[in-house]
Amino acid sequence: MMGFSGARVMAVLVKEFKQLARDRLTYAMMLAIPVVQLVLFGYAINAEPRHLPTALLVQEDSRYARSMVAALENSRFFDLTHQARSPAELDRLIRSGEVQFAITIPGDFSRRVARGDKPQILVEADATDPSATGGAVAALAALPSQALVHDLTGAMAARAGAPAPFEVVVHRRYNPEAVTSYNIVPGLLGIILSMTLVMLTALSVTRETERGTMETLLATPLEPFEVMTGKLAPYVGVGLVQTIVVLLLARFLFGVPMEGGWIGLILGLSLFIVGSLALGFLISTAARSQLQAMQMSFFYILPSMLLSGFMFPFRGMPVWAQWLGEIIPVTHFLRVVRGSLLKGQGLIDQWPSLAALTAFVLVVTALAMIRYRRTLD
Amino acid sequence: MSLAVDVTGLNKSFGDKHVVQDLTIQLEQGRICGFLGPNGSGKTTTLRMLCGLLTPDSGSGTALGFDILKQADQIKRRTGYMTQRFSLYEDLTIAENLEFAARVHELDRRRERVDVALTRLGLEARRGQLAGTLSGGWKQRLALAAATLHEPKLLLLDEPTAGVDPKARRAFWDEIHALAAEGLTVMVSTHYMDEAERCHEIAYISYGRLMARGTAQQVIDGSGLITFRAEGPDADRLARELSGKPGVETAAAFGTALHVSGTDRAALEAAVKPYRREPWRWREVEPTLEDVFIHLMGASQDNFQ
Repeated sequence: MMGFSGARVMAVLVKEFKQLARDRLTYAMMLAIPVVQLVLFGYAINAEPRHLPTALLVQEDSRYARSMVAALENSRFFDLTHQARSPAELDRLIRSGEVQFAITIPGDFSRRVARGDKPQILVEADATDPSATGGAVAALAALPSQALVHDLTGAMAARAGAPAPFEVVVHRRYNPEAVTSYNIVPGLLGIILSMTLVMLTALSVTRETERGTMETLLATPLEPFEVMTGKLAPYVGVGLVQTIVVLLLARFLFGVPMEGGWIGLILGLSLFIVGSLALGFLISTAARSQLQAMQMSFFYILPSMLLSGFMFPFRGMPVWAQWLGEIIPVTHFLRVVRGSLLKGQGLIDQWPSLAALTAFVLVVTALAMIRYRRTLD
Repeated sequence: MSLAVDVTGLNKSFGDKHVVQDLTIQLEQGRICGFLGPNGSGKTTTLRMLCGLLTPDSGSGTALGFDILKQADQIKRRTGYMTQRFSLYEDLTIAENLEFAARVHELDRRRERVDVALTRLGLEARRGQLAGTLSGGWKQRLALAAATLHEPKLLLLDEPTAGVDPKARRAFWDEIHALAAEGLTVMVSTHYMDEAERCHEIAYISYGRLMARGTAQQVIDGSGLITFRAEGPDADRLARELSGKPGVETAAAFGTALHVSGTDRAALEAAVKPYRREPWRWREVEPTLEDVFIHLMGASQDNFQ
């Protein structure tokens, strides 16, 4: 038995500290991850989002209607961003995801309030993410008894008390039963694809550099584009298989609706797979070891999960976090997947997200080709 | 005679390190040229510039008649390059590695060529074995087979036998000589003196500069080095006492013998004189290549500072 020597433990400990201090990426991870997580969880994540964009279709311009609008804004849950001129326009706004709520105040609202036959205001909520609308819908309950309190005076005072002068009918569209998995499962497709494709390619290319086989490849007549295509093509297959598995499970295990939007879905999927692979390739041009490639991929995947609207409602985040989120490709991919499966969006609704994904593919591929060296200079 | 390699004034810097300085070298077709020099002297960088893996900062020249700056793709088609480390795929089998090399070079009759290479290596029986499970010597012979599968005209080998046992090294060198006999030009970097002696000619490079060039004998003769050899007990102690004396450039013990070298005969004689007594027996010998290289290394260091 050698016994326990504090001095020998010290030798290992001192060595370990020195190596740790020299490994800058690990260092950055140790410091950045707690800070980033604290800031994100502390500030960016809001389970009860307010100031949600709302479109209004007012079929009557009256004092009561204006008071209604004021009451909605005062609740701070609704920001009236759009005035629709027709039911069709209102429908387009909520389907494309530009607004979270669509509110219709019917044409004979004032008259029916006056007559005391309790008119209905229709509030359509985009419930694809149930947690994004929950708080706002709850706030609507207080609306009928309060919105018109100041208007119903004099002869109308009798209408102001109970029962309330009008009703609010909430219509949860796209996910009427508020099933969380309908939102999470399609979102997972984006996360699974990012995790595997970005990391797999980053590792597979870095492995060649690390083991020295890249030098041999470069000394052959292979062109950079040939190496990239040959190395990435198998992973396109991996991505397609994963997609099919996730979609099948989503349908048959979780009963996720599939409303259509197949063209947009296929386009978005192709762009996202190619972009993720190119991003993995780009990471591999910067990483010197497989460990570094892992760490860099992690730096990409963490915000992709937190800021994309996958885990928390996108509109619940402060504006700066939403801007960050807009830069993340997963955000746009999630909009396409959820839009297709849950809302049956068409290309007209999806083009902004598809354009963002196209930009992602172009920028990352160009950067990867520029960074990839056909020499070792 | 035709030149396989003909480059003039090659320079390459990494950051502020001037790794290769004004390197000019010519090599006839079918010759084996040993590339020697201390670690970090620019051997690997030079080989990489010749096969288009690195772009020289300045200088010009041709390899196999193609411009090394503009026609790297043509050179790559006709050149075999073996890196310092084993750089085949350890998780592919022996045959799969060769097949990959054949595909990358778009060779015809792939199966036939791979079979021939396997037979030549004597590895047919183990073709399905993973390359990673081979011993060091076999790995290097496999890498050589992969690097020569497309019948290159120029073969660049970067310390191919580092860490390989003497028997495997000999087999490897027999292979190289067989290839050279077929007209292949070989440039091989090495730290082993016995390998340097197996080369047709030697180029000694130190701190990025070409210090000596020629056959082993020419390099020894051209060094102007005088060497005395003492045999007797306590060679180690004697080496320490003599090194640093005026006129003594190197003093190194080889077993029970001692080599003392210098370029100034009179000063060397004077330094050795007090030890010309029993129990040591002294005689003048021809310097070995190693004596010459260590002398050159010291000389270039002076140049560099």
